[in-house]
Amino acid sequence: MYVAVKGGKRAIENAHALLAEDRRGDRHVAELSVPQIREQLKLAVSRVMAEGSLFDPDLAALAIKQARGDLIEAVFLIRAYRTTLPRFGASRPVDTDAMVCDRRISATFKDLPGGQVLGPTFDYTHRLLDFALAAEGEAATEAPRDETAAGGMPHVTTILAHEDLVQPEPSGSGTPRDLTREPLEFPAGRPLRLQSLARGDEGFVLSMAYSTQRGYGRNHPFVAELRVGRVPVEMDIPELGFAIEIGEIELTECETVNQFVGSKSEPPQFTRGYGLVLGHAERKAISMALVDRALRWQELGEDDTGAPAQDEEFVLSHADNVQATGFLEHIKLPHYVDFQSELELIRKLRREAREGGIKEAAE
Amino acid sequence: MSKDTPDPRRRRLSVLASAPAHRLQALWAELGAAPDYTLIRAPEIGAAMVRGRAGVTGAAFNLGEITVTRCSVELSDGAVGHGYVQGRDKNAALIAALADALAESGEAARVEAGLIAPLVAEAEAHTRDRAAKTAATKVEFFTVAREAGG
Repeated sequence: MYVAVKGGKRAIENAHALLAEDRRGDRHVAELSVPQIREQLKLAVSRVMAEGSLFDPDLAALAIKQARGDLIEAVFLIRAYRTTLPRFGASRPVDTDAMVCDRRISATFKDLPGGQVLGPTFDYTHRLLDFALAAEGEAATEAPRDETAAGGMPHVTTILAHEDLVQPEPSGSGTPRDLTREPLEFPAGRPLRLQSLARGDEGFVLSMAYSTQRGYGRNHPFVAELRVGRVPVEMDIPELGFAIEIGEIELTECETVNQFVGSKSEPPQFTRGYGLVLGHAERKAISMALVDRALRWQELGEDDTGAPAQDEEFVLSHADNVQATGFLEHIKLPHYVDFQSELELIRKLRREAREGGIKEAAE
Repeated sequence: MSKDTPDPRRRRLSVLASAPAHRLQALWAELGAAPDYTLIRAPEIGAAMVRGRAGVTGAAFNLGEITVTRCSVELSDGAVGHGYVQGRDKNAALIAALADALAESGEAARVEAGLIAPLVAEAEAHTRDRAAKTAATKVEFFTVAREAGG
C-alpha cells in the first residue's frame, strides 16, 4: 500500500524545473528540434510509434524530446495522449501486397519476382564507428538512382501457396477483439496475440524469439520475406457512404515459413509465422513472426514443451513495457506505512526469538 | 487507391487526406477561393484503428492507431463538404472540407486543376524519386562458373 504524502510540493516543482534544465543540456550546444528528431532519429521514432501504438511521427518525435531519449518513457507519453483521442473508426485491413517497398528481401529464394531490394539497411555495414558523422557540415550526398521501372512484388508465400506447399492462413470473420478496449482474457487467440506483439516491447519480443532459436520451443524459421514500405489506410466514412484513404503509413512486415505439419490425410506443408509493425522495425517484425509461430503450437497440433515462448499468458502478460514499467517503478514511490508495519513485525519476531532463546537456555 | 472505384469524390478526398499540410495550405491560398460556409462539424482531432491481416490473407487484427483530423462544412448554396486528413492539423481538415464542398457545388474542375492535380503530381514525383533510389539497391546476382576440372 502506498499513501498520499503531502509536503513535497516545492521539492517536486523544483525537481521538474531541474529536469527541464537538464533536458536542455549545455546551452552552448544548439537545441534539438522536433523535426530534427523526426527526420534524423527515424528508427527511434518508429519504435515509439510501434510500442505507443499510434502512427504519428511528429508526436513520437516530441515524446522522445520530452523524455530525453528514454524511449519507454516516450511510449508512455504517446499511450497517455492516445487515450484522450476519440476513435473515429477502424480501417479496412491494410493491403501489404500493394506496399510501395523501400526494402524487400527474401532468405528463401534468390530470384523472385521484384527481386531482392536492399533499401536503406545496416546489413553489410562493418559496424565501425564513422567519425565523419562527428564532423560538422557534412557534404550532402544523394543516393544513386535506377530509373528502370520496377515490376510488382508479390508475397513469397503466395508463390509457395501456388504449389500448396504452405498452409493457407485461416480466415477470420467479424470484428477483431481490441486489447485497448477490453481486458485481456485467456486464451486470447491469434488476433489479440498479434496486436499485443505488435505493440509489445522490442527487447522482450526479441528475447522471446531468441529463446525459440536457442531451443525453447524451436520452430525452424526461414524469413520468406521481409518488406518495409508505405501502404494507404482506407476507412469507411459513414457520412459519405464509401471508403476513402485517410492516410498512408510505413510498415515493416515479416513472413516466416517454418517446418512442416502433416498428417495421414494431409501431406506435409510449411507452417508460417507473421510479424507486422508500425514504422521501420525489422528486428521487431522478425521477432514477432517467430513468437507468433511459437504461440501457434496448439492450433498446429504440436507438443507443449513448456517453453516460455509457447505460453500465451506468459508472453502477452509481460510484453507491454508501459504496464511493466508502471508496476516496477511504483515500488520506488513512498511505501512508508507498509514498511512501518514490516518494521514492527520484524522487531516483534526478533524480540520473540531472543526471549525464546533466553527461555530455552534457562530450561 | 483501388483501381476499381474511380469515383472522383473518393479520389479527391483520398488525395486531400495524405497531402502535406503546408502544400495544401499554399495551393488553397493560390486557388483564391473563399466560399461562405458554416461548420457542420468543427475540426476535431481523433484516431482510427488500423487493421492488418494475419499472414497477409488471414484473420484481421488491430495493429495500432493513426491520428486523423476531420471537419464538415456547408456552403451557402447547400453543398456539404467533408474533410479527413492524416495527422493533427485542424486547418488542413478545414481546407479539405471546403475544397470538397466547393467541388460538390459545381466547381469540381477548378478544385481538380488547382488542388488535386498538383498534389497528385507532387506525390507521384516523390514516389518516383524514392523508387529510383530504392531500385538502385536491387541485387543483381551473377554466378561464378566453376572452371572445368576445378
